[in-house]
Amino acid sequence: MEQHTTTALLYLNGITVSFDGFKALNELSFLIEPGEMRAIIGPNGAGKTTMIDVVTGKTRPDAGDVYFEEGTYDLSKLDETDIAALGIGRKFQKPTVFDMHTVEDNLLLALKNDRRVRATLLWQSSTPQERRIEEIFDTIRLKSLRSRVAGSLSHGQKQWLEIGMLLAQEPKLLLVDEPVAGMTDAETRQTAELLKEINRTKTVIVVEHDMTFVRDLGVRVTCLHEGSVLAEGTIDQVSQNERVVEVYLGR
Amino acid sequence: MTAHPLIRMLDRGAVLFLALLGAFAIAIPVLNLLVPEGSALHVSTYLVALFGKYVCYGILALSIDLIWGYAGILSLGHGAFFALGGYAMGMYLMRQIGTRGVYANPILPDFMVFLNWKELPVYWYGFQYFPYAALMVMLVPGALAFVFGWFAFRSRVTGVYLSIITQAMTFALMLGFFRNNFGFGGNNGLTDFKDILGFNVQAEGTRNALLVVSCLALAIGFLICRAIVTSKFGKVLVAIRDAEARTRFLGYRVEAYKLFVFTLSACMAGVAGALYVPQVGIINPSEFAPGNSIEAVIWVAVGGRGTLTGAVLGAFVVNYAKTFFTSGVLAPYWLFMLGGLFIAVTLLLPRGVIGTYNHWRDGRGEARAAGVPNAPPHAAK
Ligand SMILES: Nc1ncnc2c1ncn2[C@@H]1O[C@H](COP(=O)(O)OP(=O)(O)OP(=O)(O)O)[C@@H](O)[C@H]1O
Ligand SMILES: [Mg+2]
Repeated sequence: MEQHTTTALLYLNGITVSFDGFKALNELSFLIEPGEMRAIIGPNGAGKTTMIDVVTGKTRPDAGDVYFEEGTYDLSKLDETDIAALGIGRKFQKPTVFDMHTVEDNLLLALKNDRRVRATLLWQSSTPQERRIEEIFDTIRLKSLRSRVAGSLSHGQKQWLEIGMLLAQEPKLLLVDEPVAGMTDAETRQTAELLKEINRTKTVIVVEHDMTFVRDLGVRVTCLHEGSVLAEGTIDQVSQNERVVEVYLGR
Repeated sequence: MTAHPLIRMLDRGAVLFLALLGAFAIAIPVLNLLVPEGSALHVSTYLVALFGKYVCYGILALSIDLIWGYAGILSLGHGAFFALGGYAMGMYLMRQIGTRGVYANPILPDFMVFLNWKELPVYWYGFQYFPYAALMVMLVPGALAFVFGWFAFRSRVTGVYLSIITQAMTFALMLGFFRNNFGFGGNNGLTDFKDILGFNVQAEGTRNALLVVSCLALAIGFLICRAIVTSKFGKVLVAIRDAEARTRFLGYRVEAYKLFVFTLSACMAGVAGALYVPQVGIINPSEFAPGNSIEAVIWVAVGGRGTLTGAVLGAFVVNYAKTFFTSGVLAPYWLFMLGGLFIAVTLLLPRGVIGTYNHWRDGRGEARAAGVPNAPPHAAK
């Protein structure tokens, strides 16, 4: 295999994805360095979720390269399971938890562990695992709801649970699609704090429309538009960019 | 979550089920063999065989519930695995006939002599040995399910498409087994069995023994299913059932999970078929009929999908109704009644009998915990 000399954790180059001729991503290229946190903004339909789909193996790009860990893994050749096993976790735009399972079981299923059939058949709970689940409960503040079925949670609680599941997976790279949709201002602020905390040890990509939240994060921002990068830089640089104001912020 | 696996596995419902099954397995032979024929309590040998048949249907229903109720795989071809297990047992029983057949050929079954075959086909080799036949009872359905599932699950065939190809599978097998040159007795199938492990299959004692063995197989099958659905593996299955894509993104290899339970379930169905054949005395290609597989799914729906005990209950109740109605003046209308039952359950009792009961009980439990007396159960979503 061709060797890719890049220091990036995630490397996207010339990614194109078309749906019936419509280009959801159009030669999209950007890099994420290890340990970075990046905010992705852009108008509806800009291709933000599609970008996450490409990285996590849900959608195959029609053209372009997606590499993980300094070019070691070609993500366009792997499926969702392999990519998750490499340490890439995602939170969905529409919170997606296992409705029929309890909150605790949702975390248990997400917990970093041997995922093979034999391992889950013979699985026994252990103290370190239970402790880890307690830690996550402390972080996401859902302890009192632990034996409720996840389907009965509110939208905001599901968002938190899904963030908890993402933490439980202990991925190297987190792709977080609109985490604060449906949250109160206070919860939004807490989420920003939590993501910053997570970013101390992990690389994070956050897609979000809430500009106050993005400002709170205080990280490098990439604005997508019609499937390509429109602008990239600090929040101030990007929000003063004329094109960004025109297509997104100024609406 | 800290409960010991055995405690998790044997909850109150499971213990009750096993107790009832045990009582049934003891009571029926006692009432048949020890209570004199004139007594009102006597159970006829005809009923013993009939109940034995229901127990086999119960095992089949259990195998369907494991994949449909927990993993969301709706197989409309499980009758094929049942029939294959039945044929494997039938082949053993045929070879036990020996020189007692009409043509008195020590090796070849009658239908082969009739077709002027000179030699036993290779795939009939070994079936005179019970252990080999017993192995094949599980191995053949299991292997077919493995190959079928390997292709289907890897290509991510799900939902209605999967159901349709399972129907096609059982239909294709039916057409094959109807052919004389397939070597399984064509449309007559395998019948006129004499004995099993040296005991006359028609004898009262054998019939009772077969009933008890079938109950034992049902109990073991039930315990295996309980162990699976209460393990973490079982939680992954439910996750796959409810949100397959999400499960993949968590890093679970969904196709491996499906393949494992599908194959296991086919082996169970094979055992059910193998126990069924000596009790009804015949196995023929009509056992592969697509309608049979659909009927079995209806039993599970009626009793309650994803409850295990409900599947067995459904198999008993629907088949008892079938026996009752098809022997009376209502016989021509049975299929309409079955169809009507399915529609009624789907519309009025979508969780099935046991599922509805469990839901009602859980709802009451939660209400009590919350200090609300007699709160209504949660509205169905
Ligand atoms: N499976 C699909 N089939 C057809 N079109 C699709 C598909 N998925 C996405 N699209 C289209 O691709 C474009 C990009 O969608 P995408 O979901 O990536 O946007 P987004 O930037 O996440 O928008 P939002 O902010 O609304 O979430 C949209 O026009 C969408 O309609
Ligand atoms: Mg989106």
